[in-house]
Amino acid sequence: MLGNGIIKGLAETARNFFGSYVDKERLTTVQFPEERLPQIEGTRDFPFLVYDGDDWEKGLRCVSCHICEKECPPKCIFIEKSKDKKPDAVGKLQFYPVRFDIDVSVCMSCQICVEVCPFDAIKMDVEFELSSDDRFGGLLHHKDKLAKSNEYYHKIHPTEAAAVDAALAEDREKEKEKQKQAAAAAAAAAAAKAAAAANPPPAAETNTDASSKEETK
Amino acid sequence: MPEMIDQIFVLLKHWIMGYVPSGLQPLCSAILSVLPVLVVFPLLFAITTVLERKGLGRMQNRYGPNRAGPWGILQPVADGVKSLTKEDVVPRSADQLVHLMAPILIVIASFLVYSVVPVGRNMVVADLNAGVLFFFAIGSMVELAVFMAGWSSRSKYSLLGAMRAIAQMISYEMPMVLSGVVAIMAAGSLSTVTIVNMQAGYTGIWPHWYLFTPWGITGYILFMIAATAESNRCPFDMPEGESEIIAGYFIEYSGFKFALFFVAEYLGMMASSAMAITLFLGGWAAPFSFLTWIPSWFWFFAKLILMLMVFIWIRGTLPRLRMDQLMNFGWKFMLPLSLINILSAGLWHYLPSGFTRWSVISLLLLLSCFLLSRSLRRNKWFQERTYRFAS
Repeated sequence: MLGNGIIKGLAETARNFFGSYVDKERLTTVQFPEERLPQIEGTRDFPFLVYDGDDWEKGLRCVSCHICEKECPPKCIFIEKSKDKKPDAVGKLQFYPVRFDIDVSVCMSCQICVEVCPFDAIKMDVEFELSSDDRFGGLLHHKDKLAKSNEYYHKIHPTEAAAVDAALAEDREKEKEKQKQAAAAAAAAAAAKAAAAANPPPAAETNTDASSKEETK
Repeated sequence: MPEMIDQIFVLLKHWIMGYVPSGLQPLCSAILSVLPVLVVFPLLFAITTVLERKGLGRMQNRYGPNRAGPWGILQPVADGVKSLTKEDVVPRSADQLVHLMAPILIVIASFLVYSVVPVGRNMVVADLNAGVLFFFAIGSMVELAVFMAGWSSRSKYSLLGAMRAIAQMISYEMPMVLSGVVAIMAAGSLSTVTIVNMQAGYTGIWPHWYLFTPWGITGYILFMIAATAESNRCPFDMPEGESEIIAGYFIEYSGFKFALFFVAEYLGMMASSAMAITLFLGGWAAPFSFLTWIPSWFWFFAKLILMLMVFIWIRGTLPRLRMDQLMNFGWKFMLPLSLINILSAGLWHYLPSGFTRWSVISLLLLLSCFLLSRSLRRNKWFQERTYRFAS
């Protein structure tokens, strides 16, 4: 009979119509600003700069090496290197970025800057509500807006941050070891020099003498 | 008291007319009759849009618009503000004058048809003695406006849409008129007011609507199908098939002109529903004799909203037809069936009333419906295609 399918279809839509008032399970829409789905741990959108400690200006891990700037495919990163050096988190003297800008309107969230950074200084954020009524300035994020603490990083990507921290700690341990060795070596050299200075040998054989002496020591 | 509430708008008009000097009375009377139509039906249009969007949403298991105002009821206001503040873009190569006139004409045509619709007892703008004819004549003005819009835009999509619209509207105009003819035959008048008055009686508690006769229900269903096609609504929305020709004939319209087309589509839908109510559903007559104390205009608008809901339900259910299906259905099913329907309405008049005429006419209509639908369903064997240059 003509119209069988039409009646079946009408019954189906009627069932949907009334069912959606009775059965909340049918309505899968998430009412966004009020309701939000939890973000998965792998969520990422735009990069931010990690800093250690409490003071973001002091603790910034970035040493202004320009690698991310060069690797960035859409060229959304702009870095201006400092002229002087400041001690970093472990006290080593490093350059630091005087300017570090990311234009999030250009950024394509490829995470390449994160992959290439040798200092774990740049990581991916999960903040996505970045809309602004200033079309150009509002989307150009400066250093102060980009800098976020390591605790924040732990909060948004716990597993990844823990791994990064472990790797960093190891590196720093090695660094310290190296520093210690270097310090020891320097101290030894200084001691030798001092010893050499204390009883100056004859001018001609000084060097060979000193070295052989040290070797015997 | 029920009579007074029933006639409250008529009495209000008479009361206002009492304060108008006699020289201005004809003009003032016309304005007072037209103004409610210009206020009520656009308002109903606004309500229908939000109802439609929410209803369709629910049919697809989602919330409809729910941001503007409580439960999204202010959505039409937001839409109106949006379309009024949008830039009005006219293509440079468009025929400027015709491009401007098309939306105006379509809205005028859509409003004009309400002049013969009786929305309540003694509530009709103009009781023409050829009211039904006037309705169909003005209704076909819409086709002109649609083609004007499609042609003047100078865009291939709008022209395609306009061609489709013309083909479809002319094809379905005929079954629409012919299915309406049965009511005219039964009432013996072309005046809408007379047709409604003829249906206002009751047998026991049951009304004398033409819907409750075999030819009446056939005519009503045919009329509604044709009206759906006339107002370019799903499943007959090929002239504006979004997925094929984007928006059809009003593609090149923006801002308020676009809104006018939108208004006209809904007004056309409401006008067709109003005419179906007038012809088959007893106009403003109450559905049961014991409900006559409720004002007549309430019944008219209740029926109208019910019909609009059916339109929305149909739209939420059926996918768009193909052009050949549309034409086959129009010419091979609707037209013959409406002609047979006219014949059966004539037979009904001459057969003795009672069970015999019910069974004979029902059988005739069911049989013809069955046979015609069989011919529609018959498998078509297309010629096998050969590709000369395909190896």
